[in-house]
Amino acid sequence: MTTVTTTTTTAAPAAAAPDPPQVRRRRRLSPGRRLPAARLLGPLVVLALWAAASAAGRLDPGAIPAPWTVVRTAGHLWTEGTLPTDVLTSLERAGYGFAIGLTAGVLLALASGLSRTGEALIDGTVQLNRAIPTLGLIPLFILWLGIGETFKVAIIAIVVYIPIYLNTHAALSGIDSRFVELAEVQGLSRLAFVRQVVIPGALPGFFVGLRLGVTGSWLGLVVLEQINATSGLGYLMFQAQNYGQSDVILVGLLIYGVFGLVSDSVVRLIERRVLSWRRTLSN
Amino acid sequence: MAPHTEQLTRPAVRLRGLTRSFGGRAVLDGIDLDLPAGQFTALLGHSGSGKSTLLRAVAGLDHGVAGSGRLTAPERVSVVFQDSRLLPWRRVLGNVLLGLDGKDAEERGRAALEEVGLKGRERAWPGELSGGEAQRAALARSLVREPELLLADEPFGALDALTRIRMHNLLRDLWKRHRPSVLLVTHDVDEAIVLADRVLVLENGRIGLDLTIDRPHPRSYREPVLGEYRERLLAALGVTEDHA
Ligand SMILES: Nc1ncnc2c1ncn2[C@@H]1O[C@H](COP(=O)(O)OP(=O)(O)OP(=O)(O)O)[C@@H](O)[C@H]1O
Ligand SMILES: [Mg+2]
Repeated sequence: MTTVTTTTTTAAPAAAAPDPPQVRRRRRLSPGRRLPAARLLGPLVVLALWAAASAAGRLDPGAIPAPWTVVRTAGHLWTEGTLPTDVLTSLERAGYGFAIGLTAGVLLALASGLSRTGEALIDGTVQLNRAIPTLGLIPLFILWLGIGETFKVAIIAIVVYIPIYLNTHAALSGIDSRFVELAEVQGLSRLAFVRQVVIPGALPGFFVGLRLGVTGSWLGLVVLEQINATSGLGYLMFQAQNYGQSDVILVGLLIYGVFGLVSDSVVRLIERRVLSWRRTLSN
Repeated sequence: MAPHTEQLTRPAVRLRGLTRSFGGRAVLDGIDLDLPAGQFTALLGHSGSGKSTLLRAVAGLDHGVAGSGRLTAPERVSVVFQDSRLLPWRRVLGNVLLGLDGKDAEERGRAALEEVGLKGRERAWPGELSGGEAQRAALARSLVREPELLLADEPFGALDALTRIRMHNLLRDLWKRHRPSVLLVTHDVDEAIVLADRVLVLENGRIGLDLTIDRPHPRSYREPVLGEYRERLLAALGVTEDHA
């Protein structure tokens, strides 16, 4: 979409004298204005293609059932099956794990970003933790915590806290030294400095970590539920695989997708509210 | 000596044998200097001569820099930096009030903004201000604390010539009203001559020239008398003007 329009409204109809060269607007290099509801457009196109291919009979219904079959199955599972409890169980796991991971990530980042002792104790440990792929910890955690909910929540919490810690800590310790100097000149107390300068300055970094953490919680959930569960969405899908019910699997995937999309949108919304001062810079 | 400096008793700033060095190289090499209370002083010097180092020492901002000497400065010191250094996440009024408390703080902040001509912009974000406006907000932030000493490190260096002249007038007005001692670091000889009542040239770690400019204000760049001061300062800075 190009918007290179040249204004010709002032061109006088003077025939004799050649017009002075018009000022042409430069070709815009930024992509221009967002299309309305732009992020929904792609998925809608995919959906339309899917529906068209199914209606034309070009898809093997055993492998990829038609969209309406999936919707019907979803309705059926919701009213007569275990879908509501499965969704609730999954949400609970992800929710608890996320809440614990968020709290731990923020507290550890504050402790290590604001004090040298804290940094010495915490930062190296977290870096070590990060080097171990969290999903590789599953066998050990099962041994320690048993195969119940605790171990699942623990794994999700770890997946969540690491990006939140890393980004928040980097933002806290990367505070612009010019602002530190300013706070000294203005005679801020240590507490006021942390509250008015350090933490607001670290919020953008925290939000980067938060979004990674949200994504991480769903990722952890999917993996955990497919490996080892007796309830939840992943279990539902696992069962469906045994019976060749591809429509049920698709229902599960769609719900995971909706979870991810909604939670990401919520974080974006909060971010935009909290960091409203940033919009003035991006213009 | 300018007549008004004699009635002033205790100096606001007193440096005795002030030394600061980086990596064994003395940037300030035993500076003795008194700044009388309420005096407007400009500090000139080559790039790298140690102007900022001196200013930061007086402001108490040079943690961990090697050095010795005695230094006394007032309790309330404000600093204006070359960049406006407004916190982008606080609105303009919030920036002016940074570190200020008390019941009437907000009222004083608004008054300070009005003084620098930013009335009505209290709720703007710093990112929405022009360079000159941002620097005026920074001035308001340092004045609202009623400093006894105002330190400024090339505060107008990033501004265009027109804005700079307006800022000169503003600064001089504000100084007349509040009468802090001012130490203004600049590399602009004309700026120093037009604004200050005393101009120092920093050279080889010492005050190489201490010039009192006893001319009425407001001054214009074109005053012929100022031209003499100008040449003396340029000579002290090692710049010879070729009139050939
Ligand atoms: N933190 C530092 N570490 C090492 N050297 C430094 C440091 N700060 C200043 N210097 C050195 O001290 C000397 C004086 O620096 P200073 O910033 O005071 O100069 P200045 O007169 O303000 O120059 P300018 O006009 O360019 O701002 C320079 O040679 C600089 O390299
Ligand atoms: Mg400097």
